Amino acid sequence: MISRDEFRTIAGNGVWKQNTSIAQILGLCPLLAVTTNAVNGIMLSLATILVMALSNVAVASLRNFIPHEIRIPVFILIVAALVTVVDLLFNANLHELYLVLGIFIPLIVTNCIVLARVEAFAAKNPPLQSTFDGIFMGVGMLWTLALLGGMRELLGNGTLFGGIDMVFPSLQPIQLLPESYPGFLLALLPPGAFILLGCMIAWKNWLDARAAARAQRKPPAPVAVAG
Amino acid sequence: MTAAPKEFSASGMAARTAAILFVFVIIFTGLLSAAYQWTKPAIEASAAEEKMKLVDEVLPRAEYDNALLDDTLTLPPNPELGLDEPSTLYRARQGQQPVALLFEAVAPDGYAGKVRLLIALRADGTVAGVRVTQHKETPGLGDYVEPKKDKDKAHPWIGQFQNLSFTQTADKEWKVNKDGGRFDYHAGATVTPRAIIKAVYKAVKWANANRDQLFAQTGGAR
Repeated sequence: MISRDEFRTIAGNGVWKQNTSIAQILGLCPLLAVTTNAVNGIMLSLATILVMALSNVAVASLRNFIPHEIRIPVFILIVAALVTVVDLLFNANLHELYLVLGIFIPLIVTNCIVLARVEAFAAKNPPLQSTFDGIFMGVGMLWTLALLGGMRELLGNGTLFGGIDMVFPSLQPIQLLPESYPGFLLALLPPGAFILLGCMIAWKNWLDARAAARAQRKPPAPVAVAG
Repeated sequence: MTAAPKEFSASGMAARTAAILFVFVIIFTGLLSAAYQWTKPAIEASAAEEKMKLVDEVLPRAEYDNALLDDTLTLPPNPELGLDEPSTLYRARQGQQPVALLFEAVAPDGYAGKVRLLIALRADGTVAGVRVTQHKETPGLGDYVEPKKDKDKAHPWIGQFQNLSFTQTADKEWKVNKDGGRFDYHAGATVTPRAIIKAVYKAVKWANANRDQLFAQTGGAR
């Protein structure tokens, strides 16, 4: 079973402390390509949550049978096989959802976040903890990519949730800036993603540094408030 | 991780690791092929359904009663259709009577490269419908040729081809208004409609001339 503290640590690590995008800076390739709007970022993250939870639980269950020397090829084998099976099952049984999420699933296989979590966490921890780790790493990615995608499309197009009609045909993107907004192409191109991601990393570091300074100033704080 | 027990020699350990890797490969390959076999019929069914959705847009399902996706003819590469690869032609029939031919064509001279089209031509020489299946035209400018992007939902631009009779439409009418033809276009984006009209004209002309032969042929290519 899992203790509450353990759960809280895993969740805190995934969502903030070791956030894949703004602390570990992993998986930049799909991040740059996909976050041209918030909807794509959210969809990629949802698919990642699913894949990471599955690959983490599979590797954690099999971790005692995997020799240390060949762990990487075995991990890759497990992750690739699982992702392909998920892809096939989605296509066969949840075809509507597949049309929306489907293009993102193969993208994830190449994502080093999955292998990194398998190697750093699932190979050393029991299945339950590993599942939560996969889910919360994905949740961390979810809010980061949604925020980054939202900022990019707002700056680039003046809209929010562009492409939502592909997921929910009844919904329309929100036009936040006036129709006459000329657009800012740089935000939609990869350099814009780098610049905004840099700003987000700086923001996280600033918050962490402030929290650390505050904790130092008052040593007998009752509970250390984690950011 | 646990280190390998001391009694293994280097070669023994190599053999053991190889055996374990082999077992993993067998298990996961088995898993993959099982999943593939199990999902194959469902995936094929939904792929066929998706094709039928597109077919429905150019030819109403009430007009024919055969299994259209199975009544096919493989066409060799054909410059009249703008295709440099073999393509598949589908034939709709009612009873045994020919109803329509469905085939692909490419307009090579779109504003941003090729525009792929699906054309349905009835046996009496009228165009049942045309749809753009793939294009890279400028979003918001040339992409109104795709009904989903056309602002006029009631009368999308591509609908102008519908029920147009090839035999009763003069050659010079297969042009946009500006060039003296019968087709509307949106100001500022004439390249795309011009390319599509030209491609549809060429393709329909070819299919109309070879109509009887295309309906009669069985199976393979000429």
